[in-house]
Amino acid sequence: MTANRLAESLLALSQQEELADLPKDYLLSESEDEGDNDGERKHQKLLEAISSLDGKNRRKLAERSEASLKVSEFNVSSEGSGEKLVLADLLEPVKTSSSLATVKKQLSRVKSKKTVELPLNKEEIERIHREVAFNKTAQVLSKWDPVVLKNRQAEQLVFPLEKEEPAIAPIEHVLSGWKARTPLEQEIFNLLHKNKQPVADPLLTPVEKASLRAMSLEEAKMRRGELQRARALQSYYEAKARREKKIKSKKYHKVVKKGKAKKALKEFEQLRKVNPAAALEELEKIEKARMMERMSLKHQNSGKWAKSKAIMAKYDLEARQAMQEQLSKNKELTQKLQVASESEEEEGGTEDVEELLVPDVVNEVQMNADGPNPWMLRSCTSDTKEAATQEDPEQLPELEAHGVSESEGEERPVAEEEILLREFEERRSLRKISELSQDAEPAGSQETKDSGSQEVLSELRVLSQKLKENHQSRKQKASSEGTIPQVQREEPAPEEEEPLLLQRPERVQTLEELEELGKEECFQNKELPRPVLEGQQSERTPNNRPDAPKEKKKKEQMIDLQNLLTTQSPSVKSLAVPTVEELEDEEERNHRQMIKEAFAGDDVIRDFLKEKREAVEASKPKDVDLTLPGWGEWGGVGLKPSAKKRRRFLIKAPEGPPRKDKNLPNVIINEKRNIHAAAHQVRVLPYPFTHHWQFERTIQTPIGSTWNTQRAFQKLTTPKVVTKPGHIINPIKAEDVGYRSSSRSDLSVIQRNPKRITTRHKKQLKKCSVD
Amino acid sequence: METAPKPGKDVPPKKDKLQTKRKKPRRYWEEETVPTTAGASPGPPRNKKNRELRPQRPKNAHILKKSRISKKPQVPKKPREWKNPESQRGLSGAQDPFPGPAPVPVEVVQKFCRIDKSRKLPHSKAKTRSRLEVAEAEEEETSIKAARSELLLAEEPGFLEGEDGEDTAKICQADIVEAVDIASAAKHFDLNLRQFGPYRLNYSRTGRHLAFGGRRGHVAALDWVTKKLMCEINVMEVVRDIRFLHSEALLAVAQNRWLHIYDNQGIELHCIRRCDRVTRLEFLPFHFLLATASETGFLTYLDVSVGKIVAALNARAGRLDVMSQNPYNAVIHLGHSNGTVSLWSPAMKEPLAKILCHRGGVRAVAVDSTGTYMATSGLDHQLKIFDLRGTYQPLSTRTLPHGAGHLAFSQRGLLVAGMGDIVNIWAGQGKASPPSLEQPYLTHRLSGPVHGLQFCPFEDVLGVGHTGGITSMLVPGAGEPNFDGLESNPYRSRKQRQEWEVKALLEKVPAELICLDPRALAEVDVISLEQGKKEQIERLGYDPQAKAPFQPKPKQKGRSSTASLVKRKRKVMDEEHRDKVRQSLQQQHHKEAKAKPTGARPSALDRFVR
Repeated sequence: MTANRLAESLLALSQQEELADLPKDYLLSESEDEGDNDGERKHQKLLEAISSLDGKNRRKLAERSEASLKVSEFNVSSEGSGEKLVLADLLEPVKTSSSLATVKKQLSRVKSKKTVELPLNKEEIERIHREVAFNKTAQVLSKWDPVVLKNRQAEQLVFPLEKEEPAIAPIEHVLSGWKARTPLEQEIFNLLHKNKQPVADPLLTPVEKASLRAMSLEEAKMRRGELQRARALQSYYEAKARREKKIKSKKYHKVVKKGKAKKALKEFEQLRKVNPAAALEELEKIEKARMMERMSLKHQNSGKWAKSKAIMAKYDLEARQAMQEQLSKNKELTQKLQVASESEEEEGGTEDVEELLVPDVVNEVQMNADGPNPWMLRSCTSDTKEAATQEDPEQLPELEAHGVSESEGEERPVAEEEILLREFEERRSLRKISELSQDAEPAGSQETKDSGSQEVLSELRVLSQKLKENHQSRKQKASSEGTIPQVQREEPAPEEEEPLLLQRPERVQTLEELEELGKEECFQNKELPRPVLEGQQSERTPNNRPDAPKEKKKKEQMIDLQNLLTTQSPSVKSLAVPTVEELEDEEERNHRQMIKEAFAGDDVIRDFLKEKREAVEASKPKDVDLTLPGWGEWGGVGLKPSAKKRRRFLIKAPEGPPRKDKNLPNVIINEKRNIHAAAHQVRVLPYPFTHHWQFERTIQTPIGSTWNTQRAFQKLTTPKVVTKPGHIINPIKAEDVGYRSSSRSDLSVIQRNPKRITTRHKKQLKKCSVD
Repeated sequence: METAPKPGKDVPPKKDKLQTKRKKPRRYWEEETVPTTAGASPGPPRNKKNRELRPQRPKNAHILKKSRISKKPQVPKKPREWKNPESQRGLSGAQDPFPGPAPVPVEVVQKFCRIDKSRKLPHSKAKTRSRLEVAEAEEEETSIKAARSELLLAEEPGFLEGEDGEDTAKICQADIVEAVDIASAAKHFDLNLRQFGPYRLNYSRTGRHLAFGGRRGHVAALDWVTKKLMCEINVMEVVRDIRFLHSEALLAVAQNRWLHIYDNQGIELHCIRRCDRVTRLEFLPFHFLLATASETGFLTYLDVSVGKIVAALNARAGRLDVMSQNPYNAVIHLGHSNGTVSLWSPAMKEPLAKILCHRGGVRAVAVDSTGTYMATSGLDHQLKIFDLRGTYQPLSTRTLPHGAGHLAFSQRGLLVAGMGDIVNIWAGQGKASPPSLEQPYLTHRLSGPVHGLQFCPFEDVLGVGHTGGITSMLVPGAGEPNFDGLESNPYRSRKQRQEWEVKALLEKVPAELICLDPRALAEVDVISLEQGKKEQIERLGYDPQAKAPFQPKPKQKGRSSTASLVKRKRKVMDEEHRDKVRQSLQQQHHKEAKAKPTGARPSALDRFVR
């Protein structure tokens, strides 16, 4: 919108300018074209046409398409010329004259003056007004949002809102009114008053306050003097530092730095003698600085300055020197600090030996730690080669000894040996793995040490034998029981026998391994009877495994009704047995009962099962058969639609949820819905809930007084709004909720919830303020 | 229906041998005294602690209860820490050594919690979550309050304990009567009424009044504690059953032809001819329903507050003469001659459930007060206890020498069986445990065969109707020691009774709400809900609650190209599709796994089989 208006204003401005220019224009053109003739003009036109063919600055030829009142060849038409005449061009005199300055000034004044904007439509203005007004009111009203939210969430609202503060008299007032009456009280009061114990403010007694206040004059003076001196010293120091900082001489700074370094070194030396621990720390600091340097690209001749210098370096000696200086500095900073100066020469001497020596040692260590891992080994060797220069000085003597004893100066044989050794190691580890897998032992036994490997192996053999025995015994058990699955097969060895085995759980990773394992076992236990083996095999295949327990489960679920009712229950040995002699009619009844008993229980179970079956059938959803006999085929008596057709047009009813009495053989539970009770149930979820479980949770606690204590009942049934009878309920005011009613409060509200105001609103706000 | 929050304490009976009688409650005006070890006196070797001579509670017991809970309840685990102990200190400067409210044992609080937290809720929005939190906080607060008020249930159940090795069943009534105080001893009595045949009897809900009817027409009602006779008439007709209605002022008698209703003066108020040849009566107190089982095989529900027959259900099982009610959910249990027990509600024409219990016919059924266990006895001489919590399986079974003809549960879960002229009582551990049928707790021989049995509410008394009249036995630990003064007050006056009657009528539960799970009312009717949803979708043409299709959010500049938007959209869609496929595959697997084991391998020749 703004852009639109801007364009409009510009247009208006240009129109005005044109209007102002027109008369002058006319005059000028007249004077210019005085001495021209036709031929010249034609020539000119031709030239122009030719030049426009060039394409680069092709001009649109002037073409008159509209009728104008005055068609004069003297009139200048700006159309089609492409270039617009600028006012200044016309005004520019051939010679600069001062007389035109006033005109220029006037013109500039006209230009600088803002033109009056065209007034907007009435509707637009109104719309803007409305929008601004809406935003303002929305802002003002937004301060109520938290209040509204709070009131909505409140458990109870009490109207009228303003409450009289319950008058709680402060304790001092109560105390002041109170008088000691009994002798004991008086005594206590006297004691308190004697010490001037404060009653109201218990912080300090007057004595304490006085003692705090007291300080001698001399002391105060001394203290002041000290303070003054300190201040003066500080100001001197600051002034000096400032001055030194301003010095631009590089030489001076260099000298200062060197001096500082020397001093630091000296101090360090001293520190090393006096306090080695502190020195070590210092050393660490230096080390850290070195690390930082190594990390950073400073002094690496890679900066902007260095690059520029590198170009110059060919010709400029100084530049070369500067670069070299930087590099040397880098070297200096990154150089490792050698504390033990004695070991330096030795290191240099034994470097090559070390290179060959170290890897082997490291490899050994690695073997111990992580088992044979060729990848690790390789990386280690390469690493150690690099790290050889940085070996700790403490390790050196030891290493040297090794080197001297084992291999002196010979490079190739050592390397060959190394390779051989490694191969051997690998082979050994492989063999071990295979052995372990054969013995059904952990394949990844990691802690096997080179030295004790033999022992471990023998141990393993013993253990595996034990394990086999266990398996055998278990299998025998299984054969006797038949159905119990041997789930433990995959699991670690039995818990009760060997704690050792427990520590190293046997793990069979793949199915093949598992099968192999089983085969081996089969081989080993040939003497076992056949059915057991079969059982094993069936167990081994994972598909068959769950079958046996499933069947058993099913059996468990479907308790036989016959069993249920005919189980022999223990009879009660009552102390008192009912008397046999009874009244006559009782006898008669008993007789009847006897007959009943004799005939009882014949078909009870069968009848019940039949009834249940019928009930189940009745509750099942029915399939819908849509076949039309005789449709598309022959129909008539004795002809049935084909099975295919019947199958095609049979709409199978969806299987309903399982019956509640599915697994209860002796029960028929009615699945019909109690519609009378359902009429009292909630059938529409109230607002914030999305699932009926959520809502059910909120209505599970009863609120009636039957189930709750009186207090709880009152609390649960408090009305949402309470009004005091006989009170006027005034509308809520800003002061009631802690807002001031001034305009500033609006601002504060805006600050409090800036989210409410969108960016668009903000823009408009700005606009309003500008207007 | 759930009972008021006053479940009795499930504390096992104290093994304190010295304690013979209940300690007298100390009053605030009394001096504090060291509890005297009075039990050390050389009394009878057995130890009986009976809950007798209950002190008369003030009528406004509940008000007293409320006024005591003044402080805000706190979770027992974290006692409130006061911000500044100074404020707690009074003028004297003494500090409360136990600041804050007293802790409440967690198990007790748990007993009153009703929200089932085991079910995991689907993800809920913030607003919903806040509502749920509020509900949970309310539940916790109310349950804590209820747990606190349990302190007021001062009475403890009585018990009978033999010396080591001694069988409590050997203790006879005479011994018990000898051991207890006079007031309790007076509760044991025999009414010798040999003239009018075997008696049925019924106690009123408060346990104060007793009505009995002899086969040969003798009907009487009396305040059995004071032995004051209210009325005594002879209806000159066979009386099959007798029952108090909601209060002791009304009495229903099942006579030879019809059902008659008398008031407490013995004046006949109604003769209900629609209930004919009634054999058994049951009254559902919260629904004001009188259920009658008739010889013609009909179960009729009569609303006594309006005098209308709510439902007349044909059980289709011949003569009905075994009936009992489940006090927990007001379902009527009928025993049939084909060994089944059927469960009925007036809202359904068919039985809610049918349980095959015995090989022979069912002779007696009883359901305990928590609605958890049902005892049945049949013609096969067996006594079984069934679990009613969904499984309906027998928990324990016992064969009795002659079979039990009558069964009854006490408020605290004692089971009594009448076999000929013997009554056996079995007890379990505590209230909510089934009675163990191993060893009888008590036995008693009567002067004639048993015809009616009922435990007196709030008393350790068992009433037995037999051919020789009525016997009131002492059974320690049978009744609930604490009563709710507003609900069923044994000591209420006439005025209070009238007041209660009005309130009870106002709180009458509609008959159609009777169902197996009384908490179903606190659930949403899912079927109607879904139906409504479906209808709404049809009406609107779209699902307003459907998940909106995924719309990728615009990202930072440069990353929000159309291609990337499409890619993101595709990614989400693919993920959803994959989930769907995975689920369907799983379902297929399930089906296959189910189908496989049942059928044998199909053979190629199957196609020729017709």
